[in-house]
Amino acid sequence: MSKSLNLLAGTALAAGLIAGPAMAEKLGLGRAALPEEIAAWDVAVQPDGTGLPEGSGDVLTGEEVFADKCATCHGEFAEGLDSWPVLAGGEGTLKDRRPVKTIGSYWPYLSTVFDYVHRSMPFGSAQTVSVDETYAITAFLLYSNGLVEDDFVLTRDNFTEITLPNADGFYVDDRPETEYPLFSGAACMTDCGAEVKVTKRAVDLNVTPEDPDGRPAGTLPALTMAAAGTAAPAEAAASEAATEETATEEPAAEEAATETAAADPALVEAGQKVFKKCAACHKVGEGAKNATGPHLNGVVGRTAGTIEGFKYSKPMTDAGAGGLVWDADALTAYLENPKGFVKGTKMSFAGLKKEEDRAAIIAYLGTLAP
Amino acid sequence: MTDEPATKHVPGASRRKFLKGSAALGAGVIAAGTARAEGPDPLITEVQDWANAFGDAVDAAPYGTPIHFESHVVRRNVEWLTESPVSSINFTPIHALEGTITPQGCAFERHHSGAIELSKSDYRLMINGLVDTPLVFTFEDLTRFPRSSMVAFCECAANGGMEWGGAQLEGCQFTQGMIHNMEYVGVPLRVLLEEAGVKPEGKWVYAEGADASSNGRSIPMEKALDDVLVAFYANGEALRKEHGYPARLVVPGWEGNMWVKWVRRLGVYEHAVESREETSKYTDLMPDGRARKWTWVMDAKSVITSPSPQAPVRHGKGPLVITGLAWSGHGKIAKVDVSLDGGRNWQEARITGEAKPKALTRFHLDIDWDGSELLLQSRATDETGYVQPTKDALRAIRGLNNVYHNNGIQTWWLKSDGEVENVEVA
Repeated sequence: MSKSLNLLAGTALAAGLIAGPAMAEKLGLGRAALPEEIAAWDVAVQPDGTGLPEGSGDVLTGEEVFADKCATCHGEFAEGLDSWPVLAGGEGTLKDRRPVKTIGSYWPYLSTVFDYVHRSMPFGSAQTVSVDETYAITAFLLYSNGLVEDDFVLTRDNFTEITLPNADGFYVDDRPETEYPLFSGAACMTDCGAEVKVTKRAVDLNVTPEDPDGRPAGTLPALTMAAAGTAAPAEAAASEAATEETATEEPAAEEAATETAAADPALVEAGQKVFKKCAACHKVGEGAKNATGPHLNGVVGRTAGTIEGFKYSKPMTDAGAGGLVWDADALTAYLENPKGFVKGTKMSFAGLKKEEDRAAIIAYLGTLAP
Repeated sequence: MTDEPATKHVPGASRRKFLKGSAALGAGVIAAGTARAEGPDPLITEVQDWANAFGDAVDAAPYGTPIHFESHVVRRNVEWLTESPVSSINFTPIHALEGTITPQGCAFERHHSGAIELSKSDYRLMINGLVDTPLVFTFEDLTRFPRSSMVAFCECAANGGMEWGGAQLEGCQFTQGMIHNMEYVGVPLRVLLEEAGVKPEGKWVYAEGADASSNGRSIPMEKALDDVLVAFYANGEALRKEHGYPARLVVPGWEGNMWVKWVRRLGVYEHAVESREETSKYTDLMPDGRARKWTWVMDAKSVITSPSPQAPVRHGKGPLVITGLAWSGHGKIAKVDVSLDGGRNWQEARITGEAKPKALTRFHLDIDWDGSELLLQSRATDETGYVQPTKDALRAIRGLNNVYHNNGIQTWWLKSDGEVENVEVA
């Protein structure tokens, strides 16, 4: 009885959904969002100051926090290391062939700086900058762009008094007026101009990723009849041979493989996940190069500060010269508190507070061949 | 304009119009044919392994992946483009694909803080701000709303951005490959907004992702209520992790950065948030030093996907299939023209299959290639009458620092030996 009633109700609901007007009726799905939930997720700050939390921060504090949390990528003076974003300078370059788009030269709103730093930075450790620290970093970035003095204190109350230099540098998309009329005539089909010649060739720049044969990466293989018939066996044979070779003729590799097998696979896997916190700065795997940090292939058992081509801090080089080797104990201590273990290290990573994370990552690092 | 044979639409006379020495064409084809038939083909005369032994059992691959012969058909990135691969982009191998639907496994990715793992059970979607009732939905809640489906292209605003200053990368995977096209199923954003009840002063929806970048973009209410989808299926199956599993925004016709992945919050506000991604990035610097903002729509564009630098012509002269893609954020593709001489003369290509609005459209042109050098171009016209411009026409207005929204005509230089280069002509 009640079952058939439910069925009837269900049919009525379905019919209602199909009819157009009923679409606007609420289905009663979901639940009310709680104030604490909204407060946790809605941290957006808008140009008029909507969403700014209570708090403040001064330039000098900002300089310290920035040096600690941001400078590894953005540089001590917000000048940007390698290709990481430059945050200061660039005034008057927007018409240049190489414009430098910074907070001072390009960004229209200060709210964007606060909003982005607070919920998306630092890269790889998002949402770890407190409100007051965010005010301080924002104040420091104003200072490094020459927009405030070094005694400036940014607060929720004076926030909207700041206008960035390029605030009027933007206008709403005008393609419908400035481009579409030009590009909407009937297209010419014949004799649409003089004969053309090649004026620019991509090959001259030579920046395309390549396959081993020198062709652009991903070039389709030739489809000759012979290749189609023999590719599979040949490939299989080659890989079999390679396996054999590794197993019999390279004891070192075999040893390494055994060692890897001995490590707890679950721990290694867990470590690989934890390593995501490090991967923004440290490269690993075949052909890994130094980046913001040195590459970590073979780091376990390596003497500290000895990867060629990486510019270590002096304290790190000194530690290596003094005999510091990255064994499990040293890595555990360093990863727990980098700046405490090697005072003055360039690595601006807060550290791994959980013991299991440290153990996992060391197990993972141990699998990386030099 | 459906998928009828090319000869009906491209009469021999016009097809040969741009080819030199067309009389020799037939001879070339016959020569190639005879060369292949010098003796009996052992692939036919001898019993092959696959013809007398077992292949894989049905339990060999519960979820199949492409056969290894196709291992070159993968997403690729350009390492020097970005400082870190977790805030970077890779490219769809469009040179190796046909039809219009992009397989998820090789559809380009753009992450700002890496592709995260977010389960359906841990998923929450919040709608708050200027609404009658701020709401939280679970994934299961989403599955109980009426669904709709659509095919839509997703193109990064920076697709072709490296080509503003001139030809730079060899291959349409790299020059036009920040694009994919999938069939989505999900809940219209309008339905979810109506469930919460948008207040009259709510003019913008700020969509934000659950990943560490919390990439967020402001979408005007008119678009949000029009055709935006909170999608959880793509090409018939769940979204892939790298495309926002379990739910992402689909914003048809608009730049890919707005298609927020792992969408966790929809904030309804009176004004645009002016987030980092809509001020310092995804704004288009003009020659006068000012910048366009809110350049959301992707204008009409096309590219020949084969022949192209990664898809050279290896079969010699004779019948040659020219295939490519066209799309417009303003609606349907009305026609595509192809030039063999760098834009002096054009002929209309065949639209193969249905031209859907704001979706990739496939075009073909079948020619008899006489082996002479060609400067291949394609030019899309959409249903609004907009004609894809040349790169020079765009640069005349936007200068060289625009970065985004490069929808200029691409030129491929097909040489006599079948190799293809990315070039510019004048």
